[in-house]
Amino acid sequence: MNSLIIAGLLVLLLGLAYQTGWSKSRSLVTPDGIKVHSRPQYHGALVAIWTLVPALLIVGLWANFGDSATRAFTVSQIPPDVIMGLDEIALNATIQRIGALASGYGVVGEVQPFEQAAGAALRQFQFLSFLLVVAAAAGTGILALLYARSRITARLRARNAVERVMNLALLACSGVAILTTVGIVASLLTEALRFFTFINPLDFFFGTVWAPKFSSTGTGDAGQYGILPLLSGTLMVAAIAMAVAVPVGLMTAIYLSQYAPRSVRAVVKPIIEILAGIPTIVYGFFALVTVGPFLNKAGAMIGLDISATSALTAGVVMGIMIIPFISSLSDDILNQVPLALRDGAYGLGATQSETIRNVLLPAALPGIVGAFLLAVSRAIGETMIVVLAAGNSPVLRGSPFEPVSTITVSIVNQLTGDTDFAGPQSLVGFALGLTLFVMTLLLNIVALYIVRRFREQYE
Amino acid sequence: MTNISTPTGRQASIERTRRVRDGLRRRHLHEALFKGFGLAAIIAALGFVAILFTDVLIKGIPAFTQANLHLEATFDPAIIDVGPAPVRTAGQSDADFRAASLGWQRDVALLNWNKVVEASLRAAAPAGFEIDSRQILTVAETNARHVLREMFVNDPSLLGQTIKVDLLASANADNWVKGNIDRELGDAQQQLSAPARALIDIFEENGTISMGFAWSIFTNVDSRAAPASAGLAGAFMGSLFMMVIVILLAVPIGVASAIYLEEFAPKSRLTDLIEVNINNLAAVPSIVFGLLGAAVFINYFKLPLSAPLAGGLVLTLMTLPTIIIATRGALQGVSPALRQAALGMGASKTQMVFHHVLPVTFPSILTATIIGVAQALGETAPLLLIGMNAFVASIPATPLDQATALPVQIYLWQANENRNFFEARTSAAILVLLGFMILLNAIAILLRTRLERRA
Repeated sequence: MNSLIIAGLLVLLLGLAYQTGWSKSRSLVTPDGIKVHSRPQYHGALVAIWTLVPALLIVGLWANFGDSATRAFTVSQIPPDVIMGLDEIALNATIQRIGALASGYGVVGEVQPFEQAAGAALRQFQFLSFLLVVAAAAGTGILALLYARSRITARLRARNAVERVMNLALLACSGVAILTTVGIVASLLTEALRFFTFINPLDFFFGTVWAPKFSSTGTGDAGQYGILPLLSGTLMVAAIAMAVAVPVGLMTAIYLSQYAPRSVRAVVKPIIEILAGIPTIVYGFFALVTVGPFLNKAGAMIGLDISATSALTAGVVMGIMIIPFISSLSDDILNQVPLALRDGAYGLGATQSETIRNVLLPAALPGIVGAFLLAVSRAIGETMIVVLAAGNSPVLRGSPFEPVSTITVSIVNQLTGDTDFAGPQSLVGFALGLTLFVMTLLLNIVALYIVRRFREQYE
Repeated sequence: MTNISTPTGRQASIERTRRVRDGLRRRHLHEALFKGFGLAAIIAALGFVAILFTDVLIKGIPAFTQANLHLEATFDPAIIDVGPAPVRTAGQSDADFRAASLGWQRDVALLNWNKVVEASLRAAAPAGFEIDSRQILTVAETNARHVLREMFVNDPSLLGQTIKVDLLASANADNWVKGNIDRELGDAQQQLSAPARALIDIFEENGTISMGFAWSIFTNVDSRAAPASAGLAGAFMGSLFMMVIVILLAVPIGVASAIYLEEFAPKSRLTDLIEVNINNLAAVPSIVFGLLGAAVFINYFKLPLSAPLAGGLVLTLMTLPTIIIATRGALQGVSPALRQAALGMGASKTQMVFHHVLPVTFPSILTATIIGVAQALGETAPLLLIGMNAFVASIPATPLDQATALPVQIYLWQANENRNFFEARTSAAILVLLGFMILLNAIAILLRTRLERRA
């Protein structure tokens, strides 16, 4: 309620400031032709900015420190002999009761006289402090408004000033992306380093057993955290996914960009891109209830023992997910190869497929490799499909027909619902995340570098 | 000479023609094969789309109908033995009145409402039908007693009256009516006892049980004890809050930083670094954003666990690169003539960007925004790490309340032990999620074509 009033007042102040600046600058214009440097909107905006900054500053300060000030006041209203007898929890309860009395909602049961008095005092304090904040914000805002208004002259570079402020705001916005990266790196690094104070990094990176023990088992033993079983599972699933996605995706791109008539292309391309828009949880469910049992039965028919949740199940479905990614990137890249190369090959009598295989693909190879690397990094970082369909069995195995676990699955297992980050059980999630981040980052940097070089080559 | 050489020359030429023909045949075969591979790849890709959708549709559509019980419930004073609801007296504080009514509600809740449910079920059964009370209660969903209790709490004057109520049949009864359970199985393997199964068949015949549209999917919150009444309302509100946060934060910040990088930033090593950084950020696995959220938003800033606010912020950071990259692409595509014309008329650079360039790119920015939002709507993994997989049995009222999201609800439901019932309901939830996706994309396409026509 109070914050709504304050927001309303701020908007009102803002409108008033804009109007003031606007009309003052309008009044400068006289028939005998004094040229005002900036248009009235800019003068209005400049005054509004001047007004808003101090008012927001005061409101912001109150939002930050208001609660602790209110609490301190409430505590000061409780008689000292009562406070002596209260521990931390009882004190908080008393403060809450006084707050409830002050708000007029009331409390259950007997109200002690000191509570009644403190409630009344708090009510007054809240009212006065609210008035004070509003008055201070409005007062400084209006002072700033008057100052800004007095600065308005025909020669004032209002537009330049407003544009400088806008530029700063834009710069701040693009800083968010940087901050995100910094935040990711910082949080992963600090928590991973804390993990390495529990577990030797060598045991983590070269250990072949993944067997974290949960802290609830009570023993001091934290379990073993060897990443190799997870890494092998991750790579196996990614390899199967690429084995599905690369042939289908690449051939789709080739057919659509070289053979298909325009009308077919216009229909088929969007349909395939639907695959890219489907949430991964849907793929995971599809893998779990349809693809897994199907592969299991198909395997039994040819005498193979394929587990319903296995690296194969997860990999195949992940491959389906990546098809549109590969096909649209390859399509772009094939279209960037200069027509002269293609026409030259036709001129020498090559068939269409010979042109594609011997001329187009070699020319487009760097770009296509870049696209594959991007797809690999996506496959490594994919989570929901493997959580549901890979079987969650972190054991070093060579067979794709058996359940595996991946880095992403283990992050989810170790961190779901646990946020105190005290022991290696949850901190290992960040060490795994760091590994994943570095792997995908390297793949992305190399891939983006290759794609960029390729583009420049033909531009 | 010529006499001798001509036949051999002819022979050689025949030989050559044959070789060329052979070669051509081989080459054309390769051509056809290659083209066939391409066609096969496309058919495979389209087939995947088709299989995926038909699979989800076949599994999900039956879950949109549900068995309902039409009963006559009697609020028997003998069972509902409770004092009158407290009335507010003058001078009573809000807190005291609330405490009194909560106390009364607790008394009401302590009554055995299952007896009311049982009595109404027995009233609908044929006279003399033998079934014990535990068995007969398996016909109605376990939330039936809560539904009746809520009716009574909201209207205490119902005491002693008999009214018509529609209750949900239990998940097992629903499956039995739909024929998902093999009727030939022996008693030991059946979830429902023999009398209960017989009673359901009787109910189906005399119209006490009928199939109706499963509104509970849309109006109810998640429920573990009463699977047939589990719905998506809570998850939907959670997703809605998060989408609003993403739109309010990601779009302005993303567009602003794209404008800065594309139009104002000096070409320097720093801006190069920012560009590489943003491209990389777009390819960072989503789960890493979840780690960021857990460490920074939850652990450092102490935002509440499982709150749509934290989820919305994580999804915002995840969506930002998409919007930035798409907006930059749109800005790059604006013709230089427009810029030069604006500058030539004396506009400042800022005016040129905001008055002339930006409006032209509006359709593309809108499309990028919707695609980014759709991507955020379907994201699950990062939300698991900030506690949004908690079981929440209420609709969140603010972005600071505990909530879950549509994809996370799918994740929770697929893990439910009552596989028989929840597989269908999970598919139904997937259909709802996909429906939203299609809606968003359709809006994007529609708006874009309309705006582009006008531009």
